[in-house]
Amino acid sequence: MSVKKFVVGCFDDEKVLFPAIKNVRRAGYKIHDVYTPFPVHGLDHAIGIRETSLHTAGFIFGITGTATALGCMGWIFTSDWPLNIGGKPHFPLPAFIPITFETTVLFASVGMVMTFCYLCQMMPGVKKHHFHPRATDDLFVMVIECTEKTNETEVTSFLQTNGAIEVNVQEAEAGWWFGRYDKQQKLYRHEEVGY
Amino acid sequence: MNNHFVIPGGFKKWSAGLMIVGALSLLVGIFVLHPGGSSHGDDVNSTRFWAVLLQNSIFWLLLVNTGMFFICITTLAMGGWQVAFRRVTEAISSLVPIMGLLTLIVILCIVLGHRIDIYPWLDKEHVASDKILSGKSGFLNPTFYTVASVLTIGLWAFIGRKMRQMSLETDEKGPMDYETGKAWVWKNVTWGSAFIVVFGLTVGSTTPWLWLMSIDPHWFSTMYSWYTFASTFVSGVSLIVLFVIYLKNRGELEYVTEEHLHDLGKFMFAFSIFWTYLWFSQYMLIWYSNQPEETIYFIQRIGTSEHAGPYKGIFFFNLIVNFVCPILILMKKSVKRNYTLMTFMAVLIIFGHWIDFYQMVMPGTVKGNPKMSWYEFGIPLGYIGLIMWGVGRYLSKHPMVPRNHPFLKESIIHHT
Repeated sequence: MSVKKFVVGCFDDEKVLFPAIKNVRRAGYKIHDVYTPFPVHGLDHAIGIRETSLHTAGFIFGITGTATALGCMGWIFTSDWPLNIGGKPHFPLPAFIPITFETTVLFASVGMVMTFCYLCQMMPGVKKHHFHPRATDDLFVMVIECTEKTNETEVTSFLQTNGAIEVNVQEAEAGWWFGRYDKQQKLYRHEEVGY
Repeated sequence: MNNHFVIPGGFKKWSAGLMIVGALSLLVGIFVLHPGGSSHGDDVNSTRFWAVLLQNSIFWLLLVNTGMFFICITTLAMGGWQVAFRRVTEAISSLVPIMGLLTLIVILCIVLGHRIDIYPWLDKEHVASDKILSGKSGFLNPTFYTVASVLTIGLWAFIGRKMRQMSLETDEKGPMDYETGKAWVWKNVTWGSAFIVVFGLTVGSTTPWLWLMSIDPHWFSTMYSWYTFASTFVSGVSLIVLFVIYLKNRGELEYVTEEHLHDLGKFMFAFSIFWTYLWFSQYMLIWYSNQPEETIYFIQRIGTSEHAGPYKGIFFFNLIVNFVCPILILMKKSVKRNYTLMTFMAVLIIFGHWIDFYQMVMPGTVKGNPKMSWYEFGIPLGYIGLIMWGVGRYLSKHPMVPRNHPFLKESIIHHT
């Protein structure tokens, strides 16, 4: 939880956005995030986000599900409460496969949804600072994080020369918080932009 | 962009060599294995001669036919990503007429030659005294079998030819405007849906019943056709992958990127799992209900707990090669974009499903005397040579990229 200073540049065209991202990264500024109204192909690549590790998490969740189902059923039917069902063996593997499969899918899907929510910092009740309301409408919003050495006026003019139609500086909470927007005034300063 | 495939000398040598190996095996087989011998199952070599031909002709025919199925499903789904390598799939499917002819010769020799060691329902006296078989005799009789087989192969060849023709016509006509392109795509969709309907009524249901399941005419499984389809489709996609990688390594197909290979890899992965799903559904239901007339199919293959059957090794090898290997190796994204590993997996999957067909055909025909020797390997090598020859011929006659296809740009900028 820390309030940081951001330079927010708005673009109205993908064709302008991509070269701008390239130039900003080449100039050495740190891109906090780019907010777009729709998924833009190749954007994650352009802003240099690393490959997600969600699939590794999914694999681990799935294996956990497999082990849980097989271990649980195996223990119940061989040592805890052995029953003779249709003359089948006490550990009838083919009969356990459908349940194992379903448990694997359940663990993997639920686990991945939760991991995804955690990684994207979205959950019921979780709030994040919105840099520009039109990011969900028709603007591509590029947010550059400032350090103490960054000169905001320089970044602002840099963005403007790269085709941003609107640039402003905001101080806001970088992470997420629980609560309500209207009661959390201390988390950001410029009330006229964002929520 | 408008280049034809110049067949390299090595490719020609290999395809000719493999075809010669196949023809030699067939020739030696005719003299050594007595194809005209007793058809009652007491001459194992004679049965083996026909069973191997049946297994290979059906497997490779269904394999090349999935090339056209791939084109039709992507056409119906308005998919554009496959256009960059569409000619390769067309080239594979251009083998359907010749493979179909070979298959027709083999199965008609079996049926008209009255080989009751392959198809027990050909024995009229036996059928009359057998209640189950006489109940099925409206479907399992030589006339219906012959007519259905000829019609099936004829329709595959005819509609496939039509689809390829429509694609080739665009090369001469030049770029299409919006309206012409729309009309052309709609015409493709119409013929493509006709093919899918025929495919569903044949490979999706009746053809595997007639050609393969009737080897054990008492036994039946509603999963069987889907199982056969999944088996041939995953190996068909693997064949596409092999040719695409070969051509990429020769510096051709400049629009095909790792993204296309990745999507083909996803097909291989997904349909390997789909095959396993059907394999398991068929196995588990029969294992669970445990009725003698159904379990006989698996007892012939695995044997019982006291006495292991001769196919036990192949049966489990089949499952490892076609399920465990694809799920563990093809799971990672980087593998699906790696030429070496994709080639390895494609070869492994085609081999695995060839083995799968082996264990579908052999236990009901040669029964307890399975052989895996020169004849079993020589015949498929001939078919591989034939596929290489056919694909090379098609690609050298026509441009390798359908440059006027309306969806070509979509394929060039494809991004998974």
